[in-house]
Amino acid sequence: MVAVSYALFTDIGSTFTKVTAADLESCRIVGRAMSPTTIFDDVNVGFQKALAALESQIGHKIQPEYRLACSSAAGGLKMVACGLVPDLTSEAARLASLSAGAKVLKAYAYKMTETEARELEQTQPDIVMLSGGTDGGNSETMLHNAQVLAECPVKFPVIVAGNKSAAPEAARLIEAAGKEAVVCPNVMPEFGKLNIEPAREAVRRVFLERIVDAKGLRELAAQMDGDIIPTPASVLDAITLLSRGTREEAGIGSLMAFDIGGATTDVYSVTEGCPVYPGAMLKGLPHPAAKRSVEGDLGMRWNARTIVALQGEELFAESAGVSQQELAQVLDTFDKTPDILPQSPAMERIDVALAQAAAKNACQRHAGQLEVVFTPLGERYMQSGKDLSDVKWLIGTGGPVITSKDPAAILAEAGYSEQEPLSLRPRKAKCLLDAKYILSAMGLLSQRAPDIALKIMKNELIEL
Amino acid sequence: MKTLVLGVIGADVHAVGNKILDHAFTEAGYKVVNLGVMVSQDEFIKAAVETNADAIMVSSLYGQGELDCQGLREKCVEAGLGQIPLFCGGNLVVGKRDFAETEKIFKNMGFNYVYAPGTMPDVTIADLRQELGE
Repeated sequence: MVAVSYALFTDIGSTFTKVTAADLESCRIVGRAMSPTTIFDDVNVGFQKALAALESQIGHKIQPEYRLACSSAAGGLKMVACGLVPDLTSEAARLASLSAGAKVLKAYAYKMTETEARELEQTQPDIVMLSGGTDGGNSETMLHNAQVLAECPVKFPVIVAGNKSAAPEAARLIEAAGKEAVVCPNVMPEFGKLNIEPAREAVRRVFLERIVDAKGLRELAAQMDGDIIPTPASVLDAITLLSRGTREEAGIGSLMAFDIGGATTDVYSVTEGCPVYPGAMLKGLPHPAAKRSVEGDLGMRWNARTIVALQGEELFAESAGVSQQELAQVLDTFDKTPDILPQSPAMERIDVALAQAAAKNACQRHAGQLEVVFTPLGERYMQSGKDLSDVKWLIGTGGPVITSKDPAAILAEAGYSEQEPLSLRPRKAKCLLDAKYILSAMGLLSQRAPDIALKIMKNELIEL
Repeated sequence: MKTLVLGVIGADVHAVGNKILDHAFTEAGYKVVNLGVMVSQDEFIKAAVETNADAIMVSSLYGQGELDCQGLREKCVEAGLGQIPLFCGGNLVVGKRDFAETEKIFKNMGFNYVYAPGTMPDVTIADLRQELGE
């Protein structure tokens, strides 16, 4: 037998534990298998089952060079962000948490009230990101909120990423209450400047040290070669590498990725998003070049009714090409059996229409927006957020898109539309399909062998 | 170091004076948070809140200053910045109105310092030193 070097990737999802093996020489995926996640007793059981299935697929046992894992099990990484002004430091803390792969349950602004403190207690976050004030700016609010977090009866680690002059004191207040505080550089050190990388790193460290234990992943972590990281953070790593390339191999340029799931839709973009429109001026907080957003109300099953409601039942049924009666029946079926895959032509059409609406709305919220301002010197355009007009690639990932009959039609909805000309969505992007669901695995490999990870992605993503 | 929030208010796109003021105030030892042109009242206030600014410096050069500046003091009060000194200058109004009258109007709006067209930055810097107790 020829000795082949493999890498083994494990993705512990809330329902399934997926294992993927890659051949590091030919830069190809050689096998994939999955088994139900066994988070509540021993996550290892599910992992071993999936591994056995994979090895029987390949035909022999493998001795991987790398064993790497990511996880979104047990609800993923749940975070709460606190800041001062809603669209400034509070938004910066939210963006940092999202890019670290978290689900942001709530973003608080200004001094937290008693009601909000009680709400926080109910929310039970895994980690809280505390910011507020530019460096040398306002410190009162962050210190107030540090005290609120300290007094909260729920125990969670706090990442202090606000005004550097107040951060040590905020950390002391939190530590005095027996909670862990990690101080890192401000997410908004200067007015309008975003610095989310250090906070993102801090989340990863805390996730590894504290959350992995809490989520019962310690046993598995011991068998891995590196850190277990949140799955969405890994996807962001993968597409950032795919976009920018390495010293050895060029990337494919600006891109977006869409992961439309049963409950949420994740959107990623890797591009600076500078104004393309002539004379447009940037306003508001600049968004990160590698940006992730999550829409908690756009999902194919648990939120199917929310998606339909955005358009109204009548219009939705019409655009899906089904009768309103058929739509009502299918929605009932989805409520009762959220795991169901399309079984009839009507269900298939509704599924495509749901995914299209999710892609469109999620992209609209992710993309920047132009605003027309009438001045004595004529019309002027102001841009907030990222201009995605020139993005070259749209990548579809996640079960519903991968298994769909028409993934290109779903991704096309994310693009520019004449109905919303001021929404800065891609105008001429081509589509790629992550048919083997490898992005999170390649994000893991990107930390070890970026050149190989990049080649595998170029080999395995299919142009539509 | 004292912090100043600086910007050109309203739909005004005159960028040159803004750059000169940024330079002059920075040279004078202030930390300048320059919001640039076409700045809304909200943006001035949000920036002042986050940066804990010591004063807000408003420019208006296109003659619509009176409309654009109305209510800024009231919004500052709402945002907890009731005592923050407000400065304004430029070509605040259209036409040949007597400057004393313009000054009175802007002072009534809650501005602490109002400057006539052509005022040099040194004058404002001297006022800043006094106002901020330096």
